[in-house]
Amino acid sequence: MSEKERRLPLFKQLIYQIILLAIAFSVLFPIMWIVSLSLDPRNLSRPPDFRLIPPGASFEAYRRVLARPTANPVTFAELAFNQLKLAGGVSFLAVLVGVFAAYSFSRFDYRGRKGLMLSVVMVLILPGIATVAPLFVMLNRIVIDWGSIQFNLRNSLYGVGLALISGQLPFAIWNLKGFLDTVPRDLEEAALIDGAGPTQAFFRIILPLSTPALAVTAFLGFSSGWTEFALSWLFLTDAKDFTLAMSLWNMTGPYSGDTPWSAFSAMALMVAAPVAIVYLLLQKYIVGGLTIGGVK
Amino acid sequence: MAVKSTPVGNTAEVSGFRRWWERTTNTRAAYLYLLPAFLVMTIITFYPLFYQVWMSFTDYNIANLRGTVPPNWIGFKNYLDIFQGALQAKLPNFNFWRILGFNLIWTITNVPFHVVIGVLIAVALNVEGLWFKKIYRAIYILPIVLPTLVIATVWRNMFDQTSGSINMGLAAIGGLFNIPPEAFYIRWFESIVPPFSWFLPGMPLPLSYYAMLIANIWLGWPFMTIVATGALQSIPKDLYEAASMDGATPRQQFFTITVPLIRPAMVPAAVYGTITTFNLFNFIFMMSGGGPLRQTEILVTTAYDLVRTQRLYGMAAAFCVLIFFILLGLTLALNWATKATERYDV
Repeated sequence: MSEKERRLPLFKQLIYQIILLAIAFSVLFPIMWIVSLSLDPRNLSRPPDFRLIPPGASFEAYRRVLARPTANPVTFAELAFNQLKLAGGVSFLAVLVGVFAAYSFSRFDYRGRKGLMLSVVMVLILPGIATVAPLFVMLNRIVIDWGSIQFNLRNSLYGVGLALISGQLPFAIWNLKGFLDTVPRDLEEAALIDGAGPTQAFFRIILPLSTPALAVTAFLGFSSGWTEFALSWLFLTDAKDFTLAMSLWNMTGPYSGDTPWSAFSAMALMVAAPVAIVYLLLQKYIVGGLTIGGVK
Repeated sequence: MAVKSTPVGNTAEVSGFRRWWERTTNTRAAYLYLLPAFLVMTIITFYPLFYQVWMSFTDYNIANLRGTVPPNWIGFKNYLDIFQGALQAKLPNFNFWRILGFNLIWTITNVPFHVVIGVLIAVALNVEGLWFKKIYRAIYILPIVLPTLVIATVWRNMFDQTSGSINMGLAAIGGLFNIPPEAFYIRWFESIVPPFSWFLPGMPLPLSYYAMLIANIWLGWPFMTIVATGALQSIPKDLYEAASMDGATPRQQFFTITVPLIRPAMVPAAVYGTITTFNLFNFIFMMSGGGPLRQTEILVTTAYDLVRTQRLYGMAAAFCVLIFFILLGLTLALNWATKATERYDV
């Protein structure tokens, strides 16, 4: 085929460009909307008009949100720290425990393997909310009492974290198993022939090779913990434990009162930004992992 | 006595044990690697699941939370209350079959949009010689990258009655035809008048369903585009060249080359999308809240309401047991359908 034939005719090119531009606009619109609102200096709850670049645009709303996003006496930093502890702890533990199980499923053949894998998948398809009733009453029973430290496990970030690990661990196991299945066995086999045991092969060869997969799995876990809402909203009652996700809902839900939309928008963008940016940076690896199962 | 045992038998025994021990080295290692994960899952997943089944046969409620007063065993009463509608006394407008029906319709109407739009856009982006491909790809990934929590709250805000961008945009368009803006103060989430009563006459869907459908299409197609792009790029170009030499039209090429070859990638993605959409808690909870009149409630939001607002833990447990079996049935059905299409492929 000659170069000229392969080139797209200008007429078709223009039609494609118009369609793709319209789609790009529809994708970008909600983001432009929220960015414009966040720069609105009027601090109104329901701005009567919309301007893409609001006159007198300012970062005032961001400053206010950083100082005190909701009516509760907590700063953005405190909320973010709670969310960070929750998301970081849960994803770290899920990956730490999950990678061993993933190795077992991926590299060994033994009785009960299929059944155990099936049990992991069953939990995986179960939404977190489907075990919320027993977790609530069970965790509510446990009162931690270490001298000066006293709290109800249910009403704490630890309780929420435990409930979250219940959902994230199967995900971590499955995601990492999918990755390990793609790692060629030659390297390990060479090590095994040289007299290394499966444990050495795991720590010396598999683990270093899986660093990108571990990072991606940990990040996906982290981003779901970073925006976890349902369990925190159900379990936590103490303002000092509140998280970013809960506060964002407080600023837009039925409890929002006359929260300025500029503040809500600034909050939404600041909650979304960290995970969105890392997601974009890791995009290549994440997308690779997501499509591995399908593409032959 | 120990001395009496023959040395021969003893060594045979030892070596037998040793052989077994050596033979099972790998199995033991495998179980050892599994142990931490299953220990954790037993405590925080499997045990609660069984406990939940027990709870579902009791009237576990706020009075039993401290653990001093045990709940009463009430047999299948929770389940009967759910199916027969006696739960309506506590949960106004509750109707299990309607919720289940809406949940299925919500899923069935969302996923095909995601897959079809996603594939078409992927095909358009794959056209050779197209300008700005990379820019479009970078923009189109944004809905995946943003947390659904933020997307749901932002779309709720956009569908606001007086100041939302949707109504404002409609009013701006209406203004061109001299329609007063008040005509476009659409109450997306509160209006109980079904806009298209001919669609599903037995169960007309309120406006809030359409609002969430729009938002979820916005959210859902980019993922399918990414999966489809990966699959499209692995199709050898000479297949198309051979087909066009044989006189196949682009439409024929699409249905005889593209569709069968991206199907293996799209089917798992569609299954994943179906399960996710079926349980899309954040969207329903934050946009319509299940309203109006519980008409857009799905199973997981109802279970959440039972625990958080009603504090009927036994009832919620029964509801979650039902969710478990419904999801199991859905997954098996999807699995069966996937296998069926695979056989068709081969």
